[in-house]
Amino acid sequence: MDLTVIWAFIIAFAVFAYVVMDGFDLGIGILFPTFNVGRERDRAMNSIAPVWDGNETWLVLGGGGLFAAFPLAYAVILPATYPLIIAMLLGLVFRGVAFEYRWRDPAHQRFWDMAFTGGSFVAALAQGMTLGALLQGIEVEGRAYAGSWWDWLTPYTLLTGLGTVAGYALLGSTWLIWKLDGDEQVHARKLAVRAAIATIVLMGAVSLYNITLNPEYAAHWLSAPEIYWVAPVPVITAIIAFSMLRAITRDRNSKPFWLAIALFFLGMSGLGVTIWPYVVPPGLTIWDAAAPERSQIFMLVGVAITMPLIIAYTVWAYWVFRGKVADEGYH
Amino acid sequence: MLENLDALLLARIQFAFTVSFHFFFPAFSIGLASYLAVLEGLWLKTGKSVYLDLFKYWLKIFAIAFAMGVVSGIVMSYQFGTNWSVFSDKAGPVIGPLMAYEVLTAFFLEAGFLGVMLFGMNKVGKKLHFAATLMVALGTFVSAFWILSVNSWMQTPTGYFIGENGQFMPGDSWWDIVFNPSFPYRLVHTVMAAYLTTAFVVGAVGAWHLLKDKANPHARTMFSMAMWMAAIVTPLQIFAGDMHGLNTLEHQPAKVMAMEGHYQSHPEGAPLILFGIPDSEAKTVRYAIEIPKASSLILKHDLNAPMAGLDTIPDDEEPPVGVVFWSFRVMVGIGFAMLGIGLWSLWGRVRGRLYDMPWLHRAALLMGPSGFAAVLAGWITTEVGRQPYVIYGVLRTADAASPLDAPAVAASLLAFVLVYFTVFGIGVWYILKLMGKAPHAGEYGVKRGDVGPIRTAGITPGPTQNPGGDETLPTEAPPEKEPV
Repeated sequence: MDLTVIWAFIIAFAVFAYVVMDGFDLGIGILFPTFNVGRERDRAMNSIAPVWDGNETWLVLGGGGLFAAFPLAYAVILPATYPLIIAMLLGLVFRGVAFEYRWRDPAHQRFWDMAFTGGSFVAALAQGMTLGALLQGIEVEGRAYAGSWWDWLTPYTLLTGLGTVAGYALLGSTWLIWKLDGDEQVHARKLAVRAAIATIVLMGAVSLYNITLNPEYAAHWLSAPEIYWVAPVPVITAIIAFSMLRAITRDRNSKPFWLAIALFFLGMSGLGVTIWPYVVPPGLTIWDAAAPERSQIFMLVGVAITMPLIIAYTVWAYWVFRGKVADEGYH
Repeated sequence: MLENLDALLLARIQFAFTVSFHFFFPAFSIGLASYLAVLEGLWLKTGKSVYLDLFKYWLKIFAIAFAMGVVSGIVMSYQFGTNWSVFSDKAGPVIGPLMAYEVLTAFFLEAGFLGVMLFGMNKVGKKLHFAATLMVALGTFVSAFWILSVNSWMQTPTGYFIGENGQFMPGDSWWDIVFNPSFPYRLVHTVMAAYLTTAFVVGAVGAWHLLKDKANPHARTMFSMAMWMAAIVTPLQIFAGDMHGLNTLEHQPAKVMAMEGHYQSHPEGAPLILFGIPDSEAKTVRYAIEIPKASSLILKHDLNAPMAGLDTIPDDEEPPVGVVFWSFRVMVGIGFAMLGIGLWSLWGRVRGRLYDMPWLHRAALLMGPSGFAAVLAGWITTEVGRQPYVIYGVLRTADAASPLDAPAVAASLLAFVLVYFTVFGIGVWYILKLMGKAPHAGEYGVKRGDVGPIRTAGITPGPTQNPGGDETLPTEAPPEKEPV
């Protein structure tokens, strides 16, 4: 068994966990201005207050894991996307403190609500654009980034950035369908329909654009024998997207949210197929960037022991705060 | 070339700025998480409501400090790659796994149980809630363990070899890397520093409320607890600091030379320079007030032991002496001031007048922020003292930076300065506002707006609403319905 491949999957899992879990937090932040001041905003915030910090930790695992398992990739990607990463970090500062500050300072609650939205939007956009910058390719010379500090800004990265914003809004609104009821749930449904349509359109656009980016990407999808393996992905994606739209308009609980996660899973799997076996296209494969075997084994022991525990107590923390926000008596 | 130099300097300023700001929050929350666990434990054991009230009082403050620590900490986890990519590439195989362990064993633990700790008491019951508090406290400590292991390895690297591609590679034993020579000393010294930082903050808040009302039982309890910490932990900390200094002398002698201001070697016993103005051009400490041979006595336990000076070190391997010399004195000075407060409080306790000594209370109030100043000064001593290396003796800071243009780093530095001073400045202001309110019986926990059946208008009689604004529950709320 190739440890480097295992580590590629572990990092991919961490990134996926982050995107889904903090995705719905950020999505709620992005949609926050459309909620009524008062009860609706408070409930939306309260639905994520006990879990957002754990959700965000997956970002640290994604970054820290990349540093540990693929140090060269970490050392190339971050300077290449420098302004995006700084913008994301600052966005997350505003988003994170808003959870506490808005309750501490009622006179300035509207300001912190705006900071919550602005921070969430900037972080989501920067994350999506970072993904796009990676997919469109990063110039490497020797063991260092060799491009300029604006290479990341292209129409393609703007597209991936907006796609991510829409996708997070979809996760956030379907989460709220689950956690809210009454008029507020009706509102979440309306938002979810719009976010779903935007997500599906942008996902399709990014997928088509990907094929034109790099002949190797196109080969993964369009040549035999790969095409037999990957052809079902768009078909399944279409089925999931359709079921999700139905569920958004009818279901009262978690079904739309789970289907939105399934959509993200397929999207990320598609990106995995596209980029494989590179961690920094077009030059660095996962094996080029991998840490030595001793580092991989040492960390794998840690992951094997801690990950089941992390998942167990994370599930428990969600279970403690289960149910509709107000019905259960949040406090 | 000049442009590269500028980008390097800016990157160093940016890292120093973001890490210094960040460190204030864990320095406080490591101690505060443990204090909260002690308070909740005492409440469960004795059933005395004063402990529960204090728990809830400090929990609100913890929530804000922790949020600031989280968001400034995420910045740190990416700064290695954004600004120090050569370092990241080279050192990744050795320190990357330690940081991954920090995420897996500490960050998830803290974050996973934080929600239950802040909001879950009514949902999970007292015992499980206490378990969650313990997990958060444990997480803060484990986090310190790993990050200090990483830092110590960079100060005293062991257990590695340099691979063909120029990377630092782990050798046969991870124990040699994790438990590198300076790690045990740095861990003990830093964790005790965090406990003292929190103790002096708690002590200052207790003192403030005692000055206003010396009968306040909550203020008395927290002041007494903090003064016990000051009296017991400060001497231990001074001892640990001394041990840490001896360890540094063994492994990083140039750092100690800078701390001591020893430009010249002293073959027959080195003086202890108490104060003076280091002049690195002339290689002398001007206006020095010194105790002959005392430095040899402290560091070598022998009045006449020879001590090497910076004249034995090549100029391009010397740390900046002035900064290290002064930051060290600030740290030590604060340490002895803390000891003074601890002894003063013991004297007051013996006389049975601990709560009736306004001058002690005023001094404790003044010393409230002293722990932050001491930890910052201590970190400046150790981090500037290991320059010009980022991995001591092996990789120079100048060779570790990212290939970034100076304007990019200048812009990000400016953004960090503006955002941190505004956002964290406001957060500190909120914390000070909470501290300014006297703790009282029936203290509220962290609360979340006007949501939920127990808050609906009509059930809550208007006049009992707290006019403070951010506390919306009536004071008469029965305990079992109180949010935590």
